[in-house]
Amino acid sequence: MTAADWTAVILTAQLAGTSTLVLLLIGTPMAWWLARTRSPLKPLAAAVVTLPLVLPPTVVGFYLLLLMGPQGPVGVATEALGLGRLPFTFGGLVVASVLCSLPFVVQPLLQAFEAIPEQTLEAAATLRAGPLDRFFSVVLPLARPGLLTATVLGFAHTVGEFGVVLMIGGNIEGSTRVLSVALYDHVEAADFAAAHRLAAGMVVFAVVVVAAMYAVNRRPRETDTEARA
Amino acid sequence: MTGAAPSTARNPLRAPLGAPLGAPLRAQLRTQRGAFLLDVSLELPGQGVSALFGPSGCGKTTVLRALAGLYRAAGQVALGDEVWQDDTRGLWTPTHQRALGYVIQEAALFPHLSVSANLQYGLRRAAAAPQRAVLQHALDEVIELLGIGALLARRPTTLSGGERQRVAIARALATRPQLLLMDEPLAALDARRKAELLPYLARLQRSLCIPIVYVSHSLDEVVQLADHLVLMEAGKVLASGPLAQTLARVDLALALGEQAGVVLQAVVAERDAGWHLLRLDVAGVVLPLWVRDGGQAIGQAVRLRVLARDVSLATAPQPDSSIGNQWAGTLEAVADDGHASSVLVRVCVGAQGPAGSDSGSGSGSGVAVLARLTRRSCQHLGLQVGQVVWVQVKTVALLD
Repeated sequence: MTAADWTAVILTAQLAGTSTLVLLLIGTPMAWWLARTRSPLKPLAAAVVTLPLVLPPTVVGFYLLLLMGPQGPVGVATEALGLGRLPFTFGGLVVASVLCSLPFVVQPLLQAFEAIPEQTLEAAATLRAGPLDRFFSVVLPLARPGLLTATVLGFAHTVGEFGVVLMIGGNIEGSTRVLSVALYDHVEAADFAAAHRLAAGMVVFAVVVVAAMYAVNRRPRETDTEARA
Repeated sequence: MTGAAPSTARNPLRAPLGAPLGAPLRAQLRTQRGAFLLDVSLELPGQGVSALFGPSGCGKTTVLRALAGLYRAAGQVALGDEVWQDDTRGLWTPTHQRALGYVIQEAALFPHLSVSANLQYGLRRAAAAPQRAVLQHALDEVIELLGIGALLARRPTTLSGGERQRVAIARALATRPQLLLMDEPLAALDARRKAELLPYLARLQRSLCIPIVYVSHSLDEVVQLADHLVLMEAGKVLASGPLAQTLARVDLALALGEQAGVVLQAVVAERDAGWHLLRLDVAGVVLPLWVRDGGQAIGQAVRLRVLARDVSLATAPQPDSSIGNQWAGTLEAVADDGHASSVLVRVCVGAQGPAGSDSGSGSGSGVAVLARLTRRSCQHLGLQVGQVVWVQVKTVALLD
């Protein structure tokens, strides 16, 4: 593989890693809220979170571009805060990836959280555990399989994202040219050997990660001592 | 952290007789859910088991959840001097800061933790490290009392229903609560598991000196375990009082239906090995009652239940009857029963000297027994309040 290809691989790993971290940080409270709320806003919130699943990534990318552009409200805000403009930067890519991968992280978490019986949480409350304590000592350990699935799906989906990356990030080496774009370039240039190296690599990566996820989730993970939050 | 609870030095377990009582529980709760209105006022003793008894849907569980702070009804809840809820002063203590233990039908053990870690969960949160040794000592006693020492390394999923329930009880007691709330702890168990767990609960009731509130729709469990009875119906408290006195009230028979009857305290006095019978002396007064020999020791205190439908009356002793247990008594009250054909009669038996015509039951001057008769028999015998009658007891159930 060429140095440019390796740059794309490293950039992709950085993007997916950063996005997954951000996704877990915002997706976990979001899923927890969705799982427990009785608010009338729940269906609307659930729809917004699921929207990136049904919309073409290019549509999401297009509106993000407008929002984050010099005339868009987000663009005006970022410039006022001294962050500069987001489109065609790594930061912009992270924002776009997080938005597109959100359903892949929130859905498994939501299912895992909903499967936890209310009685188990109430038992924890009667055993002197406060709300945050309950979340870390009961909810997260019981939702571990869902958490792992969310992490893997979030990471893998970000690696595979193409449409929104092209709209927001463009094709700048070392900054926004990720694997999927680099692969597209190779195919455009009819360099099928180079395309194969990237494509086959991604297939192997996907199989290994997903198989590992199922293997880990199948084993009942239980701990003998409870980790204090 | 001891939460909001004042840390008392006394161990709630194995309290010697005459130890300071636990704090009495007072609650006034009101909540409306659709057409269902719950409006109760409770004052429960600081020791012993208070049973909330009533048909399904009468609001017992809601009351218990409101006491625990798991459900927010309007009103007040206070355990002794500690106010957990007072809407007039805007006070609300969240569940995790109330010094209570809570046990429900499904046990709700943490599936990701071993039995031992389940027990430690509350203990570690209830006390800072230096005080844990005291709680651990108390927990060790509970573990022994409930017979779960061999289960500590097991997973909750590998336990039987009865074992799970015992672990849940121990887990609730590990925090050394000032109040134990139990919501139908036996309801999810089959008859065999129930019979297996009941003796543990009875033992618990005798050795704890904190109040226990026990929700049940089974009068069998209630008469076996409770000291105080709160009878509920459709969101209201029909009656609240000491178990034996409350069950002897003829005016509550409608709510109890077929289960109307009294609970008596007795002592095993004599064994007739030839006939496989035991003689019980009921309530201090020498009322001989011969029952089937269940292997109880002489001198053992037993609780027994006499259902109104198993008691018949006669105006004279019946030497020819197959029923050997006959006592003279004074007819105290006659009341309507659930069906137009029958009446419920209260007779005071074992009184030394003339009994008060309408005094409270079992107040040192004998004990009350309820009998269900047909209205026709009642009239045929010419039964009058104040009259001397002979009570014939066909069946009694020994409860411990």
